[in-house]
Amino acid sequence: MRILTLIRQVLDAQEGVHIAKNAVELNGRKLVIDTMDEYGVEEALRLREHGLQAEVIAVAIGSARVEEALRTALAMGADRAIHVETDVALDAIALSSVIAQIAQAEKAELIFCGGQQSDWDSQALGAATAERLNWPQATWTRALELSGSLLSGRHDTEDGVESFEVQLPAVITTQQGLNEPRYPTLPNIMKAKRKQIRKDPLDAYAIEPKLQTKGVAFQTRQRLRKILDGKDAFTAASQLVDSLRNEARVIQ
Amino acid sequence: MILLVMTYSNGRLAKASYELATAAQHLVREGKRTALVIGSGIDQVASEAACIADQVLVVDRPELEHYDPELWSAAVAQVARDRNAHTVLIPATRSGREYSPRVAVRLDAPLLEDVVSIEDKDGALIAERYCCLTRVSEIVEAKSTVNVVTVKPGAFAAAAASGQPCEKLALQVELPQRRLKVVHKSKEATDRVPLTEADIVVAGGRGVGSPQGFTELIGNLADQLGAAVAATRAVVDAGWRPYAEQVGQTGKTVQPKAYIAVGISGAVQHLSGMNRSAVIVAINKDPDAPIFKVADYGIVGDVQKIVPALIEELRR
Repeated sequence: MRILTLIRQVLDAQEGVHIAKNAVELNGRKLVIDTMDEYGVEEALRLREHGLQAEVIAVAIGSARVEEALRTALAMGADRAIHVETDVALDAIALSSVIAQIAQAEKAELIFCGGQQSDWDSQALGAATAERLNWPQATWTRALELSGSLLSGRHDTEDGVESFEVQLPAVITTQQGLNEPRYPTLPNIMKAKRKQIRKDPLDAYAIEPKLQTKGVAFQTRQRLRKILDGKDAFTAASQLVDSLRNEARVIQ
Repeated sequence: MILLVMTYSNGRLAKASYELATAAQHLVREGKRTALVIGSGIDQVASEAACIADQVLVVDRPELEHYDPELWSAAVAQVARDRNAHTVLIPATRSGREYSPRVAVRLDAPLLEDVVSIEDKDGALIAERYCCLTRVSEIVEAKSTVNVVTVKPGAFAAAAASGQPCEKLALQVELPQRRLKVVHKSKEATDRVPLTEADIVVAGGRGVGSPQGFTELIGNLADQLGAAVAATRAVVDAGWRPYAEQVGQTGKTVQPKAYIAVGISGAVQHLSGMNRSAVIVAINKDPDAPIFKVADYGIVGDVQKIVPALIEELRR
């Protein structure tokens, strides 16, 4: 079986955001595999380690620098990688077409995708890919088990937790809590340098972006930051309640 | 026409549906504002939708008793195509964000996700949305004959219901087979106001100490204020609270009038779920906790002492 794990390279969450030329500045910034995607890589590797005959293929679409993220996935243990190289900003609906084409060409039966990409705060990629392939999807999974071609697991919904079953092929989106992604060891990092990364031009996939980003701005609000010392709990509580009632007017 | 896909819970139209009606008023392209209600046994919901739209389409089928991304997307896309919708508005709830990409692919349409503002100008649809863990806002533009838009809950005011309900029309659609089989569902019941609809949210982090501490501090303060209860990822992962209460990158996004964070340090992933709240209050023993940087009001101190004092003060 072939398993695709989708990789997105994003700004490290610990890094501050900088804006330059009306876009989020990535040059000279620390970029990492989106943590949401690491859970997918890890889960694919675990399926294989539990006896599944599987080839794990990491797939990414993006600029030349995205190769670093793919090398990380290879160092974790993915077998090979496909890098569709482009500087064009693509939205999730356009990207899903590229991934679906790769899945078909590779005859993949299982695709892992992060539940939400932390750069564009989108949750669309997994579902859009599933629709293009006419596959079912299970999103925000917390536990997975494969038995033959039946995948069972648990996932989070609006108002609770569901246990589900789905027949492969399927698209699965991943999140924190599914597993604990491994750190690449030094020997595996060395080994990953020799693993194959196939480079495809975006032209090969004949797609157009569906959305244009017109500009970005910091999303900050001025906060009052009226912070009280709570050594005397009752005095502080009384002052806070007074502020919330009479200044902010948010409580009765 | 503009298609507004209604969301509801416990047989009542949800607040997010009323907000969708307001969002639709920001669009000037002509056409009826058409509400679509999908489900089983949904007369009451359809009647409520009739008070916020120009017409209501109802797909009422036993197979639609429980939500499924494939069934919902198939129904929405079919209605949108058959009725020539130029804009499809869907609440950006977890399920809305899960099936809307499938609708966009079926309609070969752009998807504008989780938008907080929307307008159409010269044939383009322009929306504002947040990205980079809600630290940045971006303006996106789509130029297409049909667009799919998910609207962030809480971004628009709820539309007032009119006293003159519009017509309701029952529709037939072709549905695919359900492929994601739900074998068990644990629904977390709560008597409190729904988290995403609450004016006040009281949230607890690890700093409350224990599950009992959470119940005593967060639960009691919330009940005193008529507020909803929220929790951090760490608290949910520790099994203290159910996932339905989780706020943050992998949980819910809320923007109440007041968000009271108790024993929460303020990791960027948590902030992304609440940093649009009108007023943020933080109570934490660590004066350097990042939560204080985004707080309007705060108390540096022991939550075990501060929160009971607050409850007592509120009771007076």
